[in-house]
Amino acid sequence: MSSTGSTDSTGSTATTRADVCAAAIADAFRDDGEIFASPMGLLPMLGVRLAKLTSNPDLVISDGESLFLAGVPPLFAKADVVEGWIPFRKVFDVVAHGPRHVMMGATQVDRHGNQNISAIGDWARPKRQLLGSRGAPGNTVNNRTSYWVPKHSPRVFVEAVDIVSGVGPKRAKEAGPGAARYNDIHRIVTNLAVLDVRGADDTVRLLSVHPGVDVEAVREATGFELEVPAEVPTTREPTAEELVIIREVLDPKGLRFKEVPQEAPHEVPQEVAGR
Amino acid sequence: MTKGPRDKRMSIDEVVGELRDGMTIGIGGWGPRRKPMALVRAILRSDLKDLTIVSWGGADVGLLARAGKIRKLVFAFVSLDSVPLEPNFQRARQDGTIPELVELDEGMFQTGLNAAAQRLPFLPMRAGLGSDVLVNQPWISTVTSPYAAADGTHEELVAVPALHLDVALVHLNRADKHGNATYLGPDPYFDDLFCMAADRAFVSCEQVVDTAGLTVDTPVQRLLLSRMLVDGVVETPNGAHFTTCTPDYERDERFQRAYAAAAGGSAEDWAAFEQRFLSGDEDAYQAAVAAFAEEGK
Repeated sequence: MSSTGSTDSTGSTATTRADVCAAAIADAFRDDGEIFASPMGLLPMLGVRLAKLTSNPDLVISDGESLFLAGVPPLFAKADVVEGWIPFRKVFDVVAHGPRHVMMGATQVDRHGNQNISAIGDWARPKRQLLGSRGAPGNTVNNRTSYWVPKHSPRVFVEAVDIVSGVGPKRAKEAGPGAARYNDIHRIVTNLAVLDVRGADDTVRLLSVHPGVDVEAVREATGFELEVPAEVPTTREPTAEELVIIREVLDPKGLRFKEVPQEAPHEVPQEVAGR
Repeated sequence: MTKGPRDKRMSIDEVVGELRDGMTIGIGGWGPRRKPMALVRAILRSDLKDLTIVSWGGADVGLLARAGKIRKLVFAFVSLDSVPLEPNFQRARQDGTIPELVELDEGMFQTGLNAAAQRLPFLPMRAGLGSDVLVNQPWISTVTSPYAAADGTHEELVAVPALHLDVALVHLNRADKHGNATYLGPDPYFDDLFCMAADRAFVSCEQVVDTAGLTVDTPVQRLLLSRMLVDGVVETPNGAHFTTCTPDYERDERFQRAYAAAAGGSAEDWAAFEQRFLSGDEDAYQAAVAAFAEEGK
């Protein structure tokens, strides 16, 4: 096992799990070209900005409110140079037009890549009301969509989601060409692994496990039968350049550790992590 | 001599006096941003009931739900942003106290308002296909294109129904007494669309200025509302509180946290919040808010 992903005795200079996740998210946007990258949440915002500063400078990013940013400011900093205006009404235009890649959160994701952010339980009388479907139905049938799951667990990865907010490829095909034509569920990045939805019968498939994570640990943290290829590569480690950008430019305060704690590797059982 | 257009200035209570039980009311703004909260608070104080509320929801929906004013809610989300889940809305959903719900994708919501604004029964859209929005709203139908795509297929799309409103309530930064109004913040949201989708529209604003004042220090493109779309104008300083009204003021995060804590707390917590902030008129609310801000210093 590599030293990456665990906190070594020297402390602060070790690559953390959060850094690995940021680089994996950046990789999800690497080949997108000149499109609007819409990250929802902290790690996705970090990963998108990292991609813009490294692998894909053509990405169009916003302040999450109504401005396109020409520069790449640190997380939650005010923009230096603005290059455009993107009020909510124009976001819907971009969604319908297509040049966009959104990375959303997911309270549940199922075996067929359907996502739920609406409510838990029965829709008519939910056990727990969440946000509502938000833009997930429109995003998933119009533009590239990825998901970020900071805590990979069987509570998130369920056999069937309670309410389908984001539409997976199988459901999209069943709904006809109007739904399937632009459906493109690209990546699911978690604190343990990188996955996609290109397994047999449009199911979730394991693409890589993060350094220090065992395939078995991912299986155990997934509440359905996960497609696992014979050889599972390890998620690449961030480059030295990326680590400098993450630590010194984009997130000097370490906000990323609120989503993926530095202690994360220690939460993995020793018999799993140590193999 | 010409008399000029009508003077549409009204009081908050006169606006509420125009509302009736069972009406469909669209509330402008977005989530916790530039909501016509003074008008929402006035509805809370009224006897109005059985309302259909159409809103990209924030505390407007939470407060009206907690007060039992909503018979039917049309929504895509309800959120306070910095507090992601609206506790009063959550409670209402989990207790089943809103009899009828229409949950849409947030873009479908815009399309529904557009259809109403254009006096069309529906508009086609991709959003919703394959999702449970259509499963949970079986009355929303699809429509097949009469035109063949390049591959010879005829696309089947969602026929988003028009979201026709009896009344729209919106809050902007400045208006003149005739109903021309500007937003000064970064986003117009959809307040013009709410007004166009409604039979009648009432705009509250931070300040009523004379018509020339509307463009004296801001571009003409910010004139979102024309008086053709507006039936009444109310001056309600701090009237979007505790939501944003950029650049006049930002969201009152401390107050919002207190609201969320009370809403998510015990019945006694909520009763205390109501007693302190919602038991009097708008002036009493603003005085209580000012006292609360003073405590935080």
